[in-house]
Amino acid sequence: MAVISVATRYKITVKDAGIPGVLKMNEERFVFQPNDPRSLMKLNIEFRNIKGHKFSKDGSKQALLNLTQDSEKGTGYIFEFDNFTDRNSCRDFVGRVLGKLQSVPARPNDQSVPEKPAGPSFAEQLSTTEMERRIKLLREDSELQRLHKQFVLSGVLTESEFWATRKALLGEDGNHTTKQRPGFKSAMLADVRPSADGRTNKVTFSLTPEIMHQIFAEKPAVHRAFLNLVPSKMAEKDFWTKYCRAEYLNRTKNAVVAAAEAAEDEELAVFLKHDDILANEARRKIRRVDPTLDMEADVGDDYIHLPDHGILRDGQKDTAETETEVSRRTLSQDLNRHAAVVLEGRTLDVELSDTRTVAEALARSKKELSSNEKSEENVNLERQERVARMTELEDLQGSREPPYASLCIKDPREYFDSQQANALRALGGTEFGTHILDSSLSKEEAYRYLKEQISEVKSRGLKNPVIRPDTALQVFSGLSQHLSSTRFQLGKNPQESALDRIPHRTKDELMQHWTSIQELLRHFWSSYPITTAGLYNKVQRVKDAMAQIYQKLQEIKESAKSDFRHQVSLLVQPMLQALDAAFAHYDLEHQKRTTKSGAKPNGFVK
Amino acid sequence: MRLEVDGMTVYFPYGSIYPEQVEYMLELKRSLDARGHALLEMPTGTGKTAALLSLIVSYSLAHPEQRLKLLYCTRTVHEMEKTLAELRLLLDHLPQPARSSLLALGLSSRKNLCVNPDVLSARSRDSVDAACRRLTATWVRTLAQDNPNVPTCPFFEAYDRAASTGAEAVLLPQGVYTLGDLRTFGREKGWCPYFLARQMIRYANVVVYSYQYLLDPKVASFISKEMQKECVVVFDEAHNIDNVCIEALSVSIRKQTLEGAARNLTQMSQQIDRLKATDAGRLRAEYNRLVQGLAQRGNLAITDAWLGNPALPDDILKEAVPGNIRRAEHFLSVLRRLVQYLKGRLMTENVETENPVSFCSSINSQAGIDQKMLKFCYDRLHSLMLTLEITDTDEFMHIQTVCDFATLVSTYARGFSIIIEPYDERMPTIPDPVLQLSCHDASLAIKPVFDRFQSVIITSGTLSPIDLYPRLLSFNPVISRSFTMSLTRDCICPMVLTRGSDQLPVSTKFDMRSDPGVVRNYGRLLLEMVAAVPDGIVCFFVSYSYMDGIVNSWNEMGILQDVMQHKLVFIETQDVVETTLALDNYRKACDCGRGAVFFSVARGKVAEGIDFDRHYGRLVIMFGVPFQYTLSRILLARLEYLRETFQIKEGDFLTFDALRQAAQCVGRVIRSKADYGMMIFADKRYSRHDKRSKLPGWILSHLHDAHLNLSTDMALHIAREFLRRMAQPYDKAGSGGKKTLLSEEDVVKMSEGGLDM
Repeated sequence: MAVISVATRYKITVKDAGIPGVLKMNEERFVFQPNDPRSLMKLNIEFRNIKGHKFSKDGSKQALLNLTQDSEKGTGYIFEFDNFTDRNSCRDFVGRVLGKLQSVPARPNDQSVPEKPAGPSFAEQLSTTEMERRIKLLREDSELQRLHKQFVLSGVLTESEFWATRKALLGEDGNHTTKQRPGFKSAMLADVRPSADGRTNKVTFSLTPEIMHQIFAEKPAVHRAFLNLVPSKMAEKDFWTKYCRAEYLNRTKNAVVAAAEAAEDEELAVFLKHDDILANEARRKIRRVDPTLDMEADVGDDYIHLPDHGILRDGQKDTAETETEVSRRTLSQDLNRHAAVVLEGRTLDVELSDTRTVAEALARSKKELSSNEKSEENVNLERQERVARMTELEDLQGSREPPYASLCIKDPREYFDSQQANALRALGGTEFGTHILDSSLSKEEAYRYLKEQISEVKSRGLKNPVIRPDTALQVFSGLSQHLSSTRFQLGKNPQESALDRIPHRTKDELMQHWTSIQELLRHFWSSYPITTAGLYNKVQRVKDAMAQIYQKLQEIKESAKSDFRHQVSLLVQPMLQALDAAFAHYDLEHQKRTTKSGAKPNGFVK
Repeated sequence: MRLEVDGMTVYFPYGSIYPEQVEYMLELKRSLDARGHALLEMPTGTGKTAALLSLIVSYSLAHPEQRLKLLYCTRTVHEMEKTLAELRLLLDHLPQPARSSLLALGLSSRKNLCVNPDVLSARSRDSVDAACRRLTATWVRTLAQDNPNVPTCPFFEAYDRAASTGAEAVLLPQGVYTLGDLRTFGREKGWCPYFLARQMIRYANVVVYSYQYLLDPKVASFISKEMQKECVVVFDEAHNIDNVCIEALSVSIRKQTLEGAARNLTQMSQQIDRLKATDAGRLRAEYNRLVQGLAQRGNLAITDAWLGNPALPDDILKEAVPGNIRRAEHFLSVLRRLVQYLKGRLMTENVETENPVSFCSSINSQAGIDQKMLKFCYDRLHSLMLTLEITDTDEFMHIQTVCDFATLVSTYARGFSIIIEPYDERMPTIPDPVLQLSCHDASLAIKPVFDRFQSVIITSGTLSPIDLYPRLLSFNPVISRSFTMSLTRDCICPMVLTRGSDQLPVSTKFDMRSDPGVVRNYGRLLLEMVAAVPDGIVCFFVSYSYMDGIVNSWNEMGILQDVMQHKLVFIETQDVVETTLALDNYRKACDCGRGAVFFSVARGKVAEGIDFDRHYGRLVIMFGVPFQYTLSRILLARLEYLRETFQIKEGDFLTFDALRQAAQCVGRVIRSKADYGMMIFADKRYSRHDKRSKLPGWILSHLHDAHLNLSTDMALHIAREFLRRMAQPYDKAGSGGKKTLLSEEDVVKMSEGGLDM
């Protein structure tokens, strides 16, 4: 089974005639050799570059196999086989090979996801979903990816250690809630307009998966019909043709024809008839509606307008049209329905590629929704509260306690940076911090000032003191402020932080080190007290890594330009201190252990 | 807070009060003291309902010896809910002994109160009523005693068992009960909330129900019959009360009605035949009852009562039923002849207008039914249906309609006319004959209310011109006043838009309304506004058909799609369920910040009672002037009657009617002084003085001269400015010498100052 060799035709596109030749496959690569030796269409490709494979259905027109290289763009290698048995054997082979390749979670040349477990400690068995989730996380978060690369790939931490501190991220909904979900589009896509080409009597409707999705969401009867009919009774295309036919009839307001056609064709009738699902839903919803706008209750109370009572035809009311079996859907109904669906704002997580999946996903989400519905009592209570709130006249009531919103910090780093600056300002005293000394004078101004001073001295003579003490103090404090400028200038603008003032490269470097140190320190401290040899090893590894970073930080500190040296050292200092503390702790423990266990060399704990 | 109004302590549920509320209370108190009727116009957005409720409740607390009861009539069920919510707020602010002595409840139909799931599964109101009767009618319950297989209503049975031990056993605890609360209470106790509520209105201090429970004789005769004279009746939002009155006394008969009635008659005669064979005694007993002259009632079980006589009780002679319709089969043959006669009249090819007197005489000559027989038709039918033990009242709607008609047409000689139209003149090709008995005199239906109760308060935000209502309803108010509004800031901004963005005039005048230029200009106006105004926008159109047409054209033009880029679109439809859901969603859209536009119809259900206050409505656009369809025969007949009887000119009445509707529509945006909203009257006709001057004073006083003749771009500019101004913080208490919000001390000071002067 290791090698397979079949006659086939290679095609660049599906419609292409194809180049006849022989396809040879082994476990690592596949080779296509055209029958015509002059042809340049030789292929020799490794399987690990292949992302997946697609194939046509058994019994369809062509026996195709498509080895896709890039699923988004759809590029790949298409082979057409003479018969399905050949194709199937190739397909099965490819499937096996790809399965094997993909079960090894990492591909070394895949730049975006470097999760290849290099360390020998990688022994745990992970489910594929778990793996996928991790890969997804790494892909979404570049910082995480960098840390992963730095520590796991270099062997400082093992894969499991790395992820153990991030259980929350791996949790089922950890990454679902953070992602913002797009709402429903306001545009009425479901109102498909036919386009006529003007020459013939043909009209064309064009539907995209997104439009279909909206149609399904707004017209549950169509949705149901699709789920019931499509694979079993009719092809998807026929289904949509019928739908468009019904739409067309509806649009042209040709009630007679519509009724006639519906009578003949029961599937078509589905689209033309009243949507019973919607009607049921409406009846369910009306019970939960706010009583202060419940007009249905109002009709239920109205004995003046008994049938044939009251004034029938006085020009205020329009006479109601007679109901037919094929009820005419009006634009108003469509508009209301559309707006309601938009308001519900449910979107699907699935990609809008295939109608079938869209339809099924929608059905699922609907089921979920109906199971989530609140109990009758809660709804009643809520309703009452709302009515009570609505009745109050707000300005007569006087103020209530201001409503609090819970604090939600989107980017903690930015927030705390600005807070730090605020704190600094508070420390630096408000007198000087609040106003900027305008010490920049133009040459002319300075010259003029000097001249004035001189003339003044000339006229009055030198006095004692030469400079007024308050001015002197001002200048002095101004200068000293300039020296420790960060202290005084930072707080003025919350957008500005100390980090922004140092060169970009240094800043990035510092940030990187900061996150790495955090990661390492977390691991370091969490391994105490050391109870197993594994932990001991880990501490060793972590400590070494920290020592390296310590070195680098020192270098940064020393290499910083004089302008920024102060600021950089201010930033680096806390990191160094944290590391120092860790080292001190390590040394202490180490000492303790060596004294305790006496001769035992490698500190195995009893 | 607690304040003194004219020497009486008034409890008010808020910490501060508007000066106009104090004034309003003062006038109200005067009319209560005088035991007379009052007509009070107070702008929307000044807390009318709160002032009304707190004064009347406080008044009845201050005068316990009068045993005053408040009958608060609202137009709709949702307004009923709002009123009850305000009442509950007030109750929480009353001192202790008073708080626990007050019982207030809302009353509605079975459809809204029933808790029996079997009955509720019926769709319409009439079928719910019938389903209830099927379970609770006396004869059904008697049957069920012998035969346990006959279904009855467990809720009613439980209630009845409890009630049989004495009326005190089934009292509601004190408090405020909305319809929902009544249902909850009923479910907990296992009692029928409907019959409980019907019973409790006798004991309640405050009853909130819909207009028709007092105005429509069919309903009033069995619901409000027992109300004592010491009642204060309030008609809130009463600007349409004349229309309600005339509708309550109007009947129309179509072909379907007559066919149904004929079917009903056949069914009844079969029943009579069966009864003759099995239980002839019952028919004889009925005959004897009718001889003695009691048509019915009085001792009827509460469950058997159904819609009463359509004519007013005083107009029905207290006489014995005429001899020639006492026997069931004779009566049926009379009815058959009547139906046959009406069928003949419907066959006409021309429009015919007749007055009741000549109509009755022609019935007499052609069908041999005299006026007295006609007058008793309804009561006789009712009696017969009871005798035949018919429970499916909804199926017998048609014959009831015919009898309604007969009774009404023979009772009133004036104020009515009979109009027979072979087709609707807007659709002359479709034959749809209708025989309409239309009432023109609003005072007929409301007269017993004025006569019976000591104080009737008619109040609304738009009662201009205020001298017209006493004439229309023919009563003499002791107080008739229109209040102005003191505003802290100019929080309403009415504008008259006469031209579109291309400077061409816009109007819904008949010859212009379908002009694509006007349609486009209206669309552009909306489009500009949805982009500039936050949250909710409400648009009112002059009719359903016009709205349908214009929305469709906007859709074709692509304007609707552009509007949807900014806001979601909701539309009022003729289907109430759908409209209710659309409104609910509209509110949700405004709440969540997405913003929405609501398209609605002036004179429609939404315009009648839904508030678009605060962010639910920052702008109202009134597209066109909502005139009635002036070619309608009924309207013409009514106008003629008004001219002859009250010397009201046709044109004046039409303009008055159109502008009260428009004012009503735009008035929905504002609810308190902290609220703000814009109103655009988009029709060139509003700039004319004769139209504009009919608007209520509180709108007129804010309508600057510079805003009388705007085009779309100017209106947009003003809107932007206005919104920016409103976004600024302001002093709620009012600045300078004019206070617009009074605290408790202010009120005390004001009353002292008043004494000094």
